[in-house]
Amino acid sequence: MTEWRYWLSEQRGTLLAIGIFVAMFLLYATNHPAGFSANMVQTAANKATLLAFVAMAQAIVVITAGIDLSVGMILTLTNCLASWIVVGTATETALGVAGVLGTGIVCGMINGAIVIFGRLQPIVTTIATGAMYYGIALFLRPNPGGSVNETLADALTGRLFGVLPTSLVALAAAALLIWVPYSRSVVGRAAFATGSSEVAAYMSGAPIRAAKFVAYTLAGLLSAIGGLFLTFFSYTGEAAYASGNAYTLFSIAAVVLGGVSLMGGRGSAIGAIFGALAFRTIGDLLFVFDFDPLWQPLFQGLVLMLAVSIGAFGLVRVRNRLEWFG
Amino acid sequence: MSDATAPRPTHRGIAMLRRIDPAVAASFGCILLLLLVGSLYSRSFLSPDYLLQQLKVASFLGVIATGMMLVILLGQIDLSVPWVVTTGAMMACAAAAHGTTGAIIAIPCGILCGAAIGLLNGIGVAYLRIPSMIITLATNAVAQGLMVAYTGGFAPQDSASKAMRYLATGNIVPGLPNAVLVWAIIGGAAIWLLSRTTFGRAIYAIGNRERAAYLSGIDTRRITMLAFALSGALSACGGVLLAGYASKAAQSMGDAYLLPSIAAVVLGGTHILGGRGSYLGTVAGVVLITLLQSILSVMQISEAGRQLIYGAVIILMLLIYGRQKL
Repeated sequence: MTEWRYWLSEQRGTLLAIGIFVAMFLLYATNHPAGFSANMVQTAANKATLLAFVAMAQAIVVITAGIDLSVGMILTLTNCLASWIVVGTATETALGVAGVLGTGIVCGMINGAIVIFGRLQPIVTTIATGAMYYGIALFLRPNPGGSVNETLADALTGRLFGVLPTSLVALAAAALLIWVPYSRSVVGRAAFATGSSEVAAYMSGAPIRAAKFVAYTLAGLLSAIGGLFLTFFSYTGEAAYASGNAYTLFSIAAVVLGGVSLMGGRGSAIGAIFGALAFRTIGDLLFVFDFDPLWQPLFQGLVLMLAVSIGAFGLVRVRNRLEWFG
Repeated sequence: MSDATAPRPTHRGIAMLRRIDPAVAASFGCILLLLLVGSLYSRSFLSPDYLLQQLKVASFLGVIATGMMLVILLGQIDLSVPWVVTTGAMMACAAAAHGTTGAIIAIPCGILCGAAIGLLNGIGVAYLRIPSMIITLATNAVAQGLMVAYTGGFAPQDSASKAMRYLATGNIVPGLPNAVLVWAIIGGAAIWLLSRTTFGRAIYAIGNRERAAYLSGIDTRRITMLAFALSGALSACGGVLLAGYASKAAQSMGDAYLLPSIAAVVLGGTHILGGRGSYLGTVAGVVLITLLQSILSVMQISEAGRQLIYGAVIILMLLIYGRQKL
């Protein structure tokens, strides 16, 4: 019984995110002009998975009490790279995909190495490396263009057995193959420990450096998967500063909605995924209810602001004023 | 005992040298190095015209970085700079479109809009205890949403008032651009504020340890809120100057100021976790970054290469002298 309650309190954020998403999506689906159909789900899923991958990346870093403001730029960079190399025969395409994912991993490793061995603040580091990744993306695609292996792209953005969107399957596979083993490994536990108290984690001998390094590396990998999917959806690569920035911003919003504590140490990538899905649905709701699309950025900003203010309710329970200062 | 430690006249010079912050000295050294490299490339680098022009361009960043410095000294960060700059510029231009009264209130209007957003940041950080990185990202998104809704997604048609143009491009003192004068006044005020007032000492105290500052009777929440409001006002002031310089406001005019303003403050020796730093260092950082950007553009390196080199140089400089103590 107590075991069960412990699990519930640990997963509260994730479960809340799932609840918010289900409520939002029902509201969206029942008011959609085309009605609830496999087609509608596929379109919604394809749009949301991009953000979900980036949100997973952000969540893994945020759990270590860091932040990665370069995830959007890694997505942009890998998008541009994929529009060059994910083409041709099956072998060439496979090599191209490996190259794209490898690039993401290297970007993440650079971030991790600078934060850990350079002892620079994650926020400054990733803003600066983000500028570098954007610079490389500009080298690759100063103008939108390129192409992608369409067979693969259609297979990964279509439907499995005519019902299930493949992109959702890929998202679930990434969660199962990356997040689940990671969160249960020693390194994953060390990441949670580092996030809640770096000093305590250090004193109890947890591998802090390895935990942080793996977190940033995985973040790079997951952002690259996002970039790859962006290429699959758009068939092109484009070094767009604003869109890269928006992905970074929305990933943080998704992480917050997904119940991952920005102070570190609490939350899960699963929660972040549902946070991302919910955040995308919020944006789409405006269209369903016939709002002017111009109001969408404002609406998303307000939702983000509301989401980050939710944490403030904890202050009501504070008995000792000194607790304000952490 | 006291005789042995008191500085003898002959040692006074050495004592003064010791008091100079190594980071500030390093950034001034880098400025000289950049000028040397530049003068090897082109003779005109050391001409007074060129240097004054650089100082004028630097003053926009200088005004914005002043606000960023106040916030970083608290141990916080202000990521709402991009759209607060844009909001300041757009609102000032919008006011200027309303005849004579509009032209008079244009500058205060822009600055007050920025101060309002900054105040919102401050309330979030100080009273709701939301991490500054997150709340400022959220207000940045809201400001963007407001501006997109206001302009209707197009470039705004309003142009800057005469006073704004004069402030950014004219000369009251012959040979000295007004923009530099504005920066000098704001910089002087910042130095006075930081070193001669209780407000300034409180900022340093909060940056060192907020809990201790609170226990020693400082109203830390009010000071934090005011610092954020000032940062917003100064960002918007930078936007007003920029709008006067370009004689109009544009959608993404603030994007180029986030990383430079943080980098300038940190390169100038201000500790990113707060509590330590001098305004002289920030001045050095601003000049350093402006010169770097200028040299890269004079060498006609493409935008892609500039982003890449720029990010790399900032990381490199921080690795050399901006590392945090373990």
